[in-house]
Order: sequence, then structure tokens, then C-alpha cells
Amino acid sequence: MATLHSLASLLSSSLESLRQLPPQVVGDAIDLVSVLLLALGIKGLAKVRSARFANGLAALALGLAVLGLLIQLQPDATAWLWIAAGSAAGGLLGLVMAQRVPMTAMPETVALFNGCGGMASLLVAFGVSRYEGLDDGGWVAAASIVVSLLVGAITFSGSLVAMAKLRGWLDTPAWTQSNLRHGVNIGLALVCLVGALALSSDPGGWPLLLLVLASSLLGIGVTLPIGGADMPVVISLLNSYSGVAAAAAGFVVGSQLLIVAGAMVGAAGLILTQVMCTAMNRSLVSVLFGGALGAAAPAGGGGGGDATSYSRIVSCSPEECAMALENAERVVFVPGYGLAVAQAQHALRELSKLLEAHGVSVSYAIHPVAGRMPGHMNVLLAEADVPYEQMVEMDLINPEFPATDVVIVLGANDVVNPQAKTDPSSPLYGMPVLEVDQARQVFVVKRSLGAGYAGIANALFELPQTAMVFGDAKAVLNGLLTELRALGVGKVKETVSL
Amino acid sequence: MIDITNALWVLLLGSLLGLELIGKVPPTLHTPLMSGANAISGITVLASLTLIVRAGDQPALLLLGSLSLGFALFNVIGGFLVTDRMLAMFRRRGDR
Repeated sequence: MATLHSLASLLSSSLESLRQLPPQVVGDAIDLVSVLLLALGIKGLAKVRSARFANGLAALALGLAVLGLLIQLQPDATAWLWIAAGSAAGGLLGLVMAQRVPMTAMPETVALFNGCGGMASLLVAFGVSRYEGLDDGGWVAAASIVVSLLVGAITFSGSLVAMAKLRGWLDTPAWTQSNLRHGVNIGLALVCLVGALALSSDPGGWPLLLLVLASSLLGIGVTLPIGGADMPVVISLLNSYSGVAAAAAGFVVGSQLLIVAGAMVGAAGLILTQVMCTAMNRSLVSVLFGGALGAAAPAGGGGGGDATSYSRIVSCSPEECAMALENAERVVFVPGYGLAVAQAQHALRELSKLLEAHGVSVSYAIHPVAGRMPGHMNVLLAEADVPYEQMVEMDLINPEFPATDVVIVLGANDVVNPQAKTDPSSPLYGMPVLEVDQARQVFVVKRSLGAGYAGIANALFELPQTAMVFGDAKAVLNGLLTELRALGVGKVKETVSL
Repeated sequence: MIDITNALWVLLLGSLLGLELIGKVPPTLHTPLMSGANAISGITVLASLTLIVRAGDQPALLLLGSLSLGFALFNVIGGFLVTDRMLAMFRRRGDR
């Protein structure tokens, strides 16, 4: 009891001495701790076991950083009022959004959040430039304001365009596929440059408005021509930009913590972007400036994705497909965006469970860029309780296809196109694909014979071992479940297999 | 204002740290990692807060700061929660 008492008094006296420290020192100490936690958080996010904990750690770090700053700044009553207003609005919206959004809409949600981060940097730089001027900072202050404005605006407008394209609200206009777009974008970039140069002498006037307008348009101009197949790369890159914008805002307001965190996110985003480009066998330059994949492809050769260009299509009913599944020993599912659209992940999981109960070995082949975002399929399948050991990466599963009895392709297209290996005239040529054509039997579940997201015909559909099962992925999977149960799958085996 | 040389060092070391921290990432985690890093980039809240406190009684600055705080916090809160939702779904066989 006495020790407890002395401990309490020790604690209160140390708290007292902490209060007597200048707020600057306390704030600095908290800053250091939060940078450490932030770094540990990012590191942990890259490992499956620690990822969730690490995410919490990063959130804690951010909370600490805010606390440390508030201790340093000691806002007055007016400031508190405005802080409360902004926090309540943004925080509540974020809370509601995060809980409401379905897993299938994750890519566009991340794009939206990302754009808002860019907007925040833009607003800070705008406010400082217009109402505070460049005080004594000279060119450094001007440069950081310019970068914060420019990158913030590009992040914001670019992210919104990416979101709109993913939602299907926005198509790729034809003019953006001609060389005209380079002219427009170079023109906009020049206007940005003029605004940037003029800003240092007139921080509050027309150059500021010009810069904001031109860089917002530039963000639209560079994102709009990029085809849907490349959207994952774009989101990742924009994520990196938002880090750069945050770091620039750190220079604007003089916060080292902001600079570190922004730089870390910017660098990490670049790495992730690079990983994705490698997966698609494309260079970042060709993604950004090469236009939409397939849109510029010649009508002959690998191009021309309309139904008339297919000549040997075999379609079959779910019943036939179910019979093939019943006799299979090894089945691989290849999920794609169509699975996400049809919300069919739970039906798929149910089908796998049934097959596993029947003694069939089931796995899922995950192409690095299947879906609209890297890892999109993993998230989707995880939602349906698929254990992650069953999701197999491309490099590991490709050698297994020759020993696979049945492959079911669910709403994936370009990532299983064998032309990427065989046809040098195909725009996909060179992209690593899942070699499902090596399997004994392939069923492609698809709504129609329309081309993939990249707009390219798929030679897989015409192979002799391929059969098309037309229909919405969820409807087809439910049909398969019904057929398999009718065949007695799952019941008979349970007694026999033990 | 912070010392510019210092700030540039911080920028450089921070970037190098970022490159080092994410070396190998399993594809499973690409989306959550992107979304988590995205939430961290909402750390611009610090800049927004600074702007509000520095504003004094300039209403335009207060408004801009508050707006910017709203956008940044939307990014932070939404980002972390969405990431957590995604990661909560990853389990191994037999977990739960």
C-alpha cells in the first residue's frame, strides 16, 4: 500500500515537472515518438500478421502528432471553435463513409480519400500565399507553396477523375487518345510554370488563381487519357503524390514531422507503383503517356474486341460445368473484376466449400493486377472468409496449371489472355498472365463476349478446351451450387472420405 | 520558420526511410497498404491546425484552415477505418 502511494506521488510529481517543461520541448518529444510509431506502422503494414496492429499504430501516431502540435500551439477560443467545426464535419463524413462503402467499391473510395488529402494541402498553401504572403522565406517559401498547390491540385482533380472512371461515370474521350492531349497538357504545364514564376513577386494575386486553375486542369488532362486497365497504377501514383503534397505543406507551415511523414508516404507510394508496373510488364512512362492500352491498337492482329471477331466459341450450361467439377481433383478459380461487380465472392466461397467437402483441392489464382487495384481480389475473397493460403500468386500457380483439371475464370479477361505470350502484335504482348490455357479444361464465366477492360479480344475463348458459361457471375455460381447439390456432391463424400 | 537545410535533410532521410520500409509486400497487402499510406498522408491536418492557430482573427484564413482540416481529417479517419475493415477480413484457416 505504501509503495503504491509513493508510486502515485512519484507519478504526480513527474507529471507536474512535465507540465513545467516548455510546451515546445514536450511537443518535440511527442513528435519524435510519433515519427517512430509511424515508421513502425508502415513497416508492419507490409506483413500479413502485423498489418492490422500496424494500422492502429499509425493511427495512434497521427493522434499523438495532433496532440503534440496542439500542446505547442495552444490555440485560443476562436481557433478551437474553427478546429471543432472542421474536425466534426470531416471526421463524421469519414466515419460514415468508411462504414457504408462496400468492399467492391474500395478502389474508388481510396481514390476519393486520396484526393481530399491533396485538397487539404492545396487549401493550406492557398491560404498562406494569399493572406500571409511570403514573409522572409524568399524563394524557399515560394517554391514550397508552388509545389504544395501544384501537386495538391493535381492529386485532387486526378483522383476525382480516377474515381469517376472506376465508377463508370466517365469514359475515355476520343480526343485524349490522339496526340492533341500532349499539346494540351504541355500547354497547361507551361501556364503552371508562368503562374509559379510570377507567384514569388505577387503571392496573393492572379498568379495564385492561375496556378490553381491550370494545375487542376492538368490533373484532369493527365488522368483522363489513361485506360481503365492502368487505373491501379494511377491510384498508387496519386497516393504517392498526396505524400509529396503533404511534405510540401510541411515546408509551407514549417513542420518537420509533416515533412518526414509526407516523404515516407511519397517514397512508399512510388515503390508500390513500381511493383505494379513490373507486374504488368509496362513502364511508368508508357502508362502515363502511352494512352489507353488497346485503344490505339490496330483493328487486325490482337485488336478488335467485338463479338463478330470470334469464330470458334463453345458455350455450355452450368449443368455441364458442374459435372466437370464433380469429376475434378484439382480446381483453380481465377477471379477478376466481374466477380466484384456481381458481388459473387460469397457464392464462390460456398461453392469451394462444397467442392472441398467432396475432396477436391481448390485454390484461387491471383493475378497482381486483377480487378481495379493491386490486391483487390485478395480483399474481396478475404471478405468471403477465404483463407489466404488458398490465394496463390501468379508465379507460384503458373507451373501448377498443367496438373489442374478445371479452371473457372470468373469475370477476368486480360489477365488470362494467352496472346500476351504468343502474339507480338497484341498490345498485351509481354504482360505476364495466368497460364490457364495449360489446364485440361477451362470454363469462362462472362456476361457477354464483350472485350476486356483493355478492349482486346481474348484468344483463350477460342481454344478447344475452353467453354463459355454466359451469365452474371453470381447467377452462374448459384446455378453451379444447385446442380452440384442435385448431383449429391458434399453429402455422399462426407461419409466415404473418412 | 524552420531552417531550410535542416528541412531538406529531413526530407531526404524521410524519403530514404520510406523506400527502405516497403521492400517486399505480398500482393494480398497491396490494397490495404495503399489505403493505410493514404490515411497517413492525411497528416496534412497538422498544417491545417497550424494555419487556423496562426490566423488570428482573419476570417478568410480561419475558414480556409477549417475547410482544409475537414478534408484532411476525412482522409485520415476514413482511410484508417477502411484499412482496418479490410485487414480485419484477413484470417488464416481456423482463426476466429
